[in-house]
Amino acid sequence: MSTRLASGGRLLNKGKQLKFSFNGKQFTGYEGDSLASALLANDQMMIGRSFKYHRPRGVVASGSEEPNGLVNLGEGGKFEPNQRVTTTELFDGLTCTSQNHWPSLEFDIGAINNHMTRFFPAGFYYKTFMFPRFAWKHVFEPIVRQSAGLGKAPQDRDADTYEHFYAFVDVVVIGGGIAGLQAAKAAGASGAKVLLMEQTPHWGGRAPVDGGEVDGKPVAEYIDGLVAELQAMDNVTMRNRMMGAGVYDHGYVLGYERVNDHTPMNTGPRHRLWRIRTKQIITATGAIERPLSFAGNDIPGVVLASAVRDYAVDYGVSVGDRTVVVTNNDDAYRTAIALKKAGLEVPVILDARASGGGSLADEAKALGIRVENGKGIAKVKGGKRVTGVVVCAQAGQGAMLEEIKCDAVAMSGGWSPVVHLWSHCGGKLIWDDAQAHFRPDAARPPKGANGEGFVIPAGSANGPLELAGVVADANAAGVAAAKAVGQDSSVAAPAVAEAAEAAMEPVWLMPQGAGPELRIKAWLDYQNDVKVSDVRLAAQEGYESVEHTKRYTTLGMATDQGKLSNINGLATLAGQLNAPIPEVGTTTFRPPYTPISMGSIAGEARDAVFQPLRRTPIHAYHEDEKAFFEPVGHWRRPYCFPKAGESHADAVKREINQTRNSVGLLDASTLGKIIVKGPDAGKFLDMMYTNMMSTLKPGKCRYGLMCNENGFLIDDGVVARIDEDTFLCHTTTGGAERIHGWMEDWLQCEWWDWKVYTANVTEQYAQIAVVGPNARKVIEKLGGEMDVSKEGLAFMEWKDGKIGEFDARAYRISFSGELSYEIAVPASQGRAFWDALMEAGAEFGIMPYGTEGLHVMRAEKGFIMIGDETDGTVIPQDLNMQWAISKKKEDFLGKRAQLRPFMASDDRWKLAGFETVDGSVIPDGAYIVGTGVNANGQRNVQGRVTSTYYSPTLDRGIAMGLIDGGMKRLGDVVEFNKVDGSTVKAKVVDPVFYDKDGEKQNV
Amino acid sequence: MLTLQCPYCGVEAEETELHAEGEAHLKRFGPGSSDDDFEGYLFMRENPKGVHFERWRHSNGCGKFFHAARCTMTLEVFGTYSAQTLEPPQEIKDKISAKYPGWTWREFA
Amino acid sequence: MRRYSAFAIAREAARYHTGWERAWRSPEPKKKYDVIIVGAGGHGLATAFYLGKNFGITNVAIIEKGWLGGGNTGRNTTIIRSNYLQDPSAALYEKARSLYETMSQDLNYNVMFSPRGVIMLAQTQHEVRGYQRTAHANALQGVKTEFIGPERVKELVPIINIDGPRYPVLGGLWQERGGTGRHDAVAWGYARACSDMGMDIIQKCEVIGVRSEGGMVKGVDTTKGPIDCDKLGLVVAGNSGALADMAGFRLPMESVALQALVSEPIKPCMDVVVMANTVHGYMSQSDKGEMVIGGGTDGFNNYTQRGSFHHIEETVRALCETFPMVSRLKMLRQWGGIVDVTGDRSPVIGKTPLGNCFINAGWGTGGFKAIPGGGWATAELIAKGEPGPLSAEFGMERFIEGRFIDESVAAGVAH
Repeated sequence: MSTRLASGGRLLNKGKQLKFSFNGKQFTGYEGDSLASALLANDQMMIGRSFKYHRPRGVVASGSEEPNGLVNLGEGGKFEPNQRVTTTELFDGLTCTSQNHWPSLEFDIGAINNHMTRFFPAGFYYKTFMFPRFAWKHVFEPIVRQSAGLGKAPQDRDADTYEHFYAFVDVVVIGGGIAGLQAAKAAGASGAKVLLMEQTPHWGGRAPVDGGEVDGKPVAEYIDGLVAELQAMDNVTMRNRMMGAGVYDHGYVLGYERVNDHTPMNTGPRHRLWRIRTKQIITATGAIERPLSFAGNDIPGVVLASAVRDYAVDYGVSVGDRTVVVTNNDDAYRTAIALKKAGLEVPVILDARASGGGSLADEAKALGIRVENGKGIAKVKGGKRVTGVVVCAQAGQGAMLEEIKCDAVAMSGGWSPVVHLWSHCGGKLIWDDAQAHFRPDAARPPKGANGEGFVIPAGSANGPLELAGVVADANAAGVAAAKAVGQDSSVAAPAVAEAAEAAMEPVWLMPQGAGPELRIKAWLDYQNDVKVSDVRLAAQEGYESVEHTKRYTTLGMATDQGKLSNINGLATLAGQLNAPIPEVGTTTFRPPYTPISMGSIAGEARDAVFQPLRRTPIHAYHEDEKAFFEPVGHWRRPYCFPKAGESHADAVKREINQTRNSVGLLDASTLGKIIVKGPDAGKFLDMMYTNMMSTLKPGKCRYGLMCNENGFLIDDGVVARIDEDTFLCHTTTGGAERIHGWMEDWLQCEWWDWKVYTANVTEQYAQIAVVGPNARKVIEKLGGEMDVSKEGLAFMEWKDGKIGEFDARAYRISFSGELSYEIAVPASQGRAFWDALMEAGAEFGIMPYGTEGLHVMRAEKGFIMIGDETDGTVIPQDLNMQWAISKKKEDFLGKRAQLRPFMASDDRWKLAGFETVDGSVIPDGAYIVGTGVNANGQRNVQGRVTSTYYSPTLDRGIAMGLIDGGMKRLGDVVEFNKVDGSTVKAKVVDPVFYDKDGEKQNV
Repeated sequence: MLTLQCPYCGVEAEETELHAEGEAHLKRFGPGSSDDDFEGYLFMRENPKGVHFERWRHSNGCGKFFHAARCTMTLEVFGTYSAQTLEPPQEIKDKISAKYPGWTWREFA
Repeated sequence: MRRYSAFAIAREAARYHTGWERAWRSPEPKKKYDVIIVGAGGHGLATAFYLGKNFGITNVAIIEKGWLGGGNTGRNTTIIRSNYLQDPSAALYEKARSLYETMSQDLNYNVMFSPRGVIMLAQTQHEVRGYQRTAHANALQGVKTEFIGPERVKELVPIINIDGPRYPVLGGLWQERGGTGRHDAVAWGYARACSDMGMDIIQKCEVIGVRSEGGMVKGVDTTKGPIDCDKLGLVVAGNSGALADMAGFRLPMESVALQALVSEPIKPCMDVVVMANTVHGYMSQSDKGEMVIGGGTDGFNNYTQRGSFHHIEETVRALCETFPMVSRLKMLRQWGGIVDVTGDRSPVIGKTPLGNCFINAGWGTGGFKAIPGGGWATAELIAKGEPGPLSAEFGMERFIEGRFIDESVAAGVAH
């Protein structure tokens, strides 16, 4: 059984006991425990079920590479699925449940798959479930879906908060093991600004577990000294519980800091996402031990040798009482020695190397441990936990030599450098034959903006696996990083005393000649249930590319992204293809290194501040009046102002009737306002607009159209000439920034010799439309010097002056057909001006109207709306707006495009008005059906509706639309389609439905 | 995540401060131009695998448009320069030549 | 070709699956083919398949510089839908969608087409009108879609938040027969069928030149030597510009990175595909249980298959806002693909300035869903030398004429 040892546990505070629960069972652990060590201390060996076959799963590792030990952690708004127990720090009151089983962890119906293993090889689902056709969606797929997935879906809203953080440094060091610390020291000593991050809560990595002497001191002591030195450096920032999640182009690093995962009772963000810009990155990310591929290597109790050692030394936990060690390298002997020293039994060390190990082997033998060279495991016995191993010769086919009872197996297949962060941004790898692993190819690093490498691997992440090599390499990396950022470091690597190790020998299958009945039980990917037999099958069927194999078998696609399985898998593939491993290559390493919370990626931006919110100076009034808002860009504009119990349709009707009959107010502040100024301003606007703007007289307004170079209408608005060299251009609400950028584009990149300035002053002004027959009376009531009479301010004129106390610029323009003034005042006076108008208009029943009222009134007048009548494919000619296209100008933006055959053609659909025969409202988006079908069998159409409303003024449905033939079709009755297949008949009419002669606006 | 130096304000700008504005050094063809010229101007693009000349705007900064010479395969930046020029500065062309001898891009080499 | 079936699996299980034959052959190239297709992605393989199936042309080589299905076919978010606005697009994508319905049976390879339904959310009044327009257009195009209200959206997607403070859900365009497929399987299924018809799929063979004589294509130079052909199809998303350059013409296209990401797998919580264009994100749940998430493209030319992280942030923000539970999930993996974007964001299927050289390109962000339709149309184009009705509107000449196929008009940003 797995249990807590009397001694050991260097990371524990045994003075502080913590309570936690697993599947409702109450357990205790110590402060400093990981959830994994605490579960093992309570003999909870089995933690979950595998993905495909629902096989029992226990922890196999002790760090972030863990594929098996995944739980549903927490409850309610703090629930999180797929949490790795090895990287979860224990806290008091932690609750978790196991995953991927029904009805219980111990008895899982889904485990029936396990007995069908032979019928479910890699890719079996591509070969079956095809008949009958409808069965995939309705029968097979639902079963697959239910059985797949791992953790439960969160139900509640996230109760935690997250934040983003920026940092700009010279050198980022990722990994706070001995290599990272040494590299940080070497880089930091130069004075460079260094940020050192470590994903675990502890500095020093696994060096203190492995032992050795540095600088004449035990390595743990040397590490403590390094940490103290670094903490004393002002130019070095150290962050633990922070993972280097990803390396991106031009020196961008994502740091994922788990601020409060271990203290969920604290306030403050749960996670902090660091967005870091750095000149150099040192990846001191260590190496990961590989499993060995033998039958039954997935049974709970089969654990990486290094992890067995970690649990014993770091947490004082034994994985088993009797642990068989199986290895192809010397490092695993350290585990046997540590276990023996902790008083545990190690019945045998099976060393696959015929020549056996070096001095560590001698040390083990001296402790009385039996060592068998050239031997391996034929298969592990047991179901939900290990009960014994069958020993065989590594060179053979698995004939049993003896059976040894044990309750744990510590395995080591060698070590692979963590090359993920090196590779994220294009760093290349080379195959190291001696160590049988891929390591960074220093000659082909990821390159930054300047074309130079910006990532330097350090320590075991760069290949060296022995302490002396690790420390020396890391020191050199730190010095090199300092140099690359223009600093000098003279830090020298310390002396390291260490036992020499015998060479490892690659073992990709144990025993070497294992037959199909063993290969089908030899796991490569524990979580996704990919075995040696599956990879071989993939190769046999022609899925020869490593990417094909990965995708066909799902090797390496689990939540550990193949940290344990990749090298073993591709070595197996290479073996089957009879190709050298480097020729097979690796799959692509993609960020993040381990999964990071979506919450941290989203950061603070949620709910009301999900996106920036733009408010007009009058916005608070709209909120107080409980306006129904619609989002328009980042603005929220009132759609209408419903009174208690009033429907939106009724509110719109009321607002329109009031405006048409008396007076209404519109907050038009969102309209874009762009000043165009300079001696060439008129010439410039002649290019920007289809109309002639240079001839506009100061004091006058002109409605203008803008097209893009493709000829399509992109914006419209009223231009006012302020003085000889100044224009004010109004744009649509959504167009302000875009059109300003568009103008700047042409001024800066094409006509840079033209003397024109632009300024987007949209937010400098509040603009209020005072609309309706009583509009003038309301304004006059406010007093002030401005003459707003018919003669004093004629239609399409503008004027500056005082209205009441306010500094106003009034435009006599109308988008409703009524007597109308759009009055701009400085933003700071906007709300007061609005209130003053409301007060002055009280006797006329004044009320605000929203965007829907605006839309209906403009449609009643046949005015087009950008975004309704236009959709990016409409040219002004389609809207019968030839009058707005100057014939005198040789050029304007879009003119050349409009000469293309399809643009100049008479076949284009053109604007007309429509009235339904029965008075109903044509559905939004309806098409005018034609006769017959086209070559693709689609019903022919001859037009479509672009704006369709119930008109309160006319008490009937009105519409505008584009129709083949346009106004030539006046009087025709056409049919608009409905989605139910029926149609509605409508007559083609003039699109101006209201006050055709413009008498109402011109009073 | 690119960084580009704005040649106007000198800021080493983050990609989030910038807006990509498409191919650089396009010659505008207006009324009177041939169909081919007009199509070339409006739609045909170099889209090279290698050095590209492109326009950017320091939109969340000084607002200026500028040009950049950047490799689309490695994202290496050979330099940024004024938008108010008809061809890349010699210094940038030299830098590219040092890396990619014999490169060409439209009429530039 | 030995048929795949449950019985075949049972038979093979008895002998540890040692009897399965290769899904496709791995031949050396011949000297000459009737047709060479460059690019063994979904569209290239589908083109070859329909050349054989519909026109009996089987002396075909499909040349691939990497591994088949290794481009955008293997790195998209697997969404299949045909609720497009414009007639030519709706015809093409609906053809593709209907071919997906029977693809598993047609290819004897389970591509796991799952018509789980696709909703495109309307979150502004403008989108409401846009999708109502699409619904009306679809009704006449033979594409079954429906504009549904927020309550129905909530019913279909219980995890959605329809009352967000900024962009409440006002409705959605619902295509019940849209859904997802297993992207790799589409390439593998076509490859197996093509190989079975005697076509040669030549992987790890890069085209380094296009040979022509008198304005007519003659063949290609490759890293495995020159290969002659009568007709050439360029079907190389993400590399179209480079191939066009070899063939001596330019394209109205630019290549940019499009990114996607997946969460860790969880038990089923969302049955349908949801796209939210206002906030820029879309999501579905794969059969494995991962939430598959995508967003928009980067704005600059890029061939690195790496995108910028702020786009990931934007997409994830949008999804946390739309589906608050996403906040408690973890991002497992992010990646990028290179997509070719045209001047009107619709694809090009058509002739090129070089005789007997045809192109299928420019699918932007929407290529996967079109694979069978694009292949069908391109095969017809190559076999007949002239576009058929499916591709008639998709030729490059549309840019000169100003006859665009613009789908962005209904906020229907293609994914």
